[in-house]
Amino acid sequence: MASDTPSAAAHVFEQTEMLLNMGPQHPSTHGVLRVLLKLDGETVVDLDCDIGYLHRGVEKICEHDTYPMITPYFDRLDYVAAVNGDLVYVEAVERLMGVELPRRAEYLRVILAELQRIASHLLWLATHALDIGAATIFLYAFREREEILKIFENFTGARLTAHAFRIGGLQWDANPEFVRDVLAFLDILPGRIDEYETILSENRIWLARTVGIGVLTAADAIDTGLTGPVLRGSGVAYDVRRAAPYSVYPEFDFEIPTGDTGDTYDRYLVRMQELRQSVRIVRQAIEGLPEGSVMAARVPRVIKPPAGEVFHTNESPKGEIGVYLVSDGTNTPYRLRVRPPCFVNLQALKQLAVGHLVADVVALIGTIDIVLGEVDR
Amino acid sequence: MSERRSIGSVLSRLLLVDLFKGLAVTLRYNARALVEARDGADPTQAIYTAQYPKERPLVGERWRGAPKLNNDPRTGESLCIACNICALVCPVDVISVGQANREVRDGEKRKKKKVLTTFEFDTSRCMFCGLCQEQCPTLCLELTQEFELAVESRAGLVWDREMLEKGIHVVTYKK
Repeated sequence: MASDTPSAAAHVFEQTEMLLNMGPQHPSTHGVLRVLLKLDGETVVDLDCDIGYLHRGVEKICEHDTYPMITPYFDRLDYVAAVNGDLVYVEAVERLMGVELPRRAEYLRVILAELQRIASHLLWLATHALDIGAATIFLYAFREREEILKIFENFTGARLTAHAFRIGGLQWDANPEFVRDVLAFLDILPGRIDEYETILSENRIWLARTVGIGVLTAADAIDTGLTGPVLRGSGVAYDVRRAAPYSVYPEFDFEIPTGDTGDTYDRYLVRMQELRQSVRIVRQAIEGLPEGSVMAARVPRVIKPPAGEVFHTNESPKGEIGVYLVSDGTNTPYRLRVRPPCFVNLQALKQLAVGHLVADVVALIGTIDIVLGEVDR
Repeated sequence: MSERRSIGSVLSRLLLVDLFKGLAVTLRYNARALVEARDGADPTQAIYTAQYPKERPLVGERWRGAPKLNNDPRTGESLCIACNICALVCPVDVISVGQANREVRDGEKRKKKKVLTTFEFDTSRCMFCGLCQEQCPTLCLELTQEFELAVESRAGLVWDREMLEKGIHVVTYKK
């Protein structure tokens, strides 16, 4: 091998790059993500994500389970936004079956889904800020998230893995205190978001850690296939709730916040705005909550959708979550495939991190807001 | 960067105004916590620590916790009709129902009836989705509000019929 260096040994000593393992047991990888970093000093030259530590083969399991039995698995894909996972699955099956839902069921679904989005964004804010070093906000955001979890506990019977939706409606109607609890929460939340922004938005340490870190242009974001707040942070106003409306979202008035530069700070601002928009949607839905049944009439006891296929997408807190479902007319799906937003968004990590410092990788994993349950499935 | 800054912004930067603004939020909470008594205070407003296990949290009415097999309160017999639906609907196959055909007396007549013999519920793999209690036609199988499921051995995680009917033993502590 022709080489400029005098000997092979000398060549080894001249190397300045070093490989560093981050994870899978690293607290700031938000689960079991292993990132292999190639470093030059403290600067990231290259990185590779090693995923699959949490792989359960959910898509394969679904081929053996009947349609109602699959819903709990969707709770456990993105386990900090279980309701949104459930929603996309039951809507896909309902589309295949052609089930019309009562309006009360649709409204309650939207309320739960938006509360879950708030909970997911609060958890993101808490952990992202904690990774960067702002420990105060962690406790504050978890305190507000706790209120949502209490609402979920009383409504659905579980705090995280809600499993509230059934094919054709909801398992339960809202508990009697539901509207009161949600309205009380909506009253306190905007003030609390103001507090978070007082603590972070102007904080010089926060700005130093986020402004200009991980800049992603709109074109790059689209090319990589990113969705959700990561895409909107780059200035693309794409939101499935607007672009391909599902459920009763067209009836609500809300805005789609976007960023300008596409750095970590912009993505933070977008998510903070989304919290406020979700509050708006929940308030409108609570005020217009119709009376009636929460389960569609004429849903068969054994669910056998007609043979065919459907691809249905929703806006989950992390991005566009899709379900591709092939039915062969039996009581189990022939094939079920999940289009996970976290998996796709994670692919942008290399583009974001190269050229930045090791400490910024922590901030960048936080800013794309991944949940490994969904990345690995 | 060559852009000129106003005196105000330079001063606020020098005097750490941005940091003190955030600190003011924290101090406000601290002050409020000092003023308010801990007991009976609104937990969202003040510092609050639940003294578990001396104070037991009230979980939601619909909480999906420890499984239980209900008996008919009038006769004391199991409500289970051994229909096996719970075992069929369980996504993770944690339930196994044992059944037998027994002769039972119905007044003068004797007839054969399917009765429950054994019932096993593996709480180690249960994901508490609640599909089993939802499908139970006689409201026999129920996921209760009990949430302390820790045991000392792996075998203890598999609950037999006796344990399911009796319910888990919960140690209560005095305040």
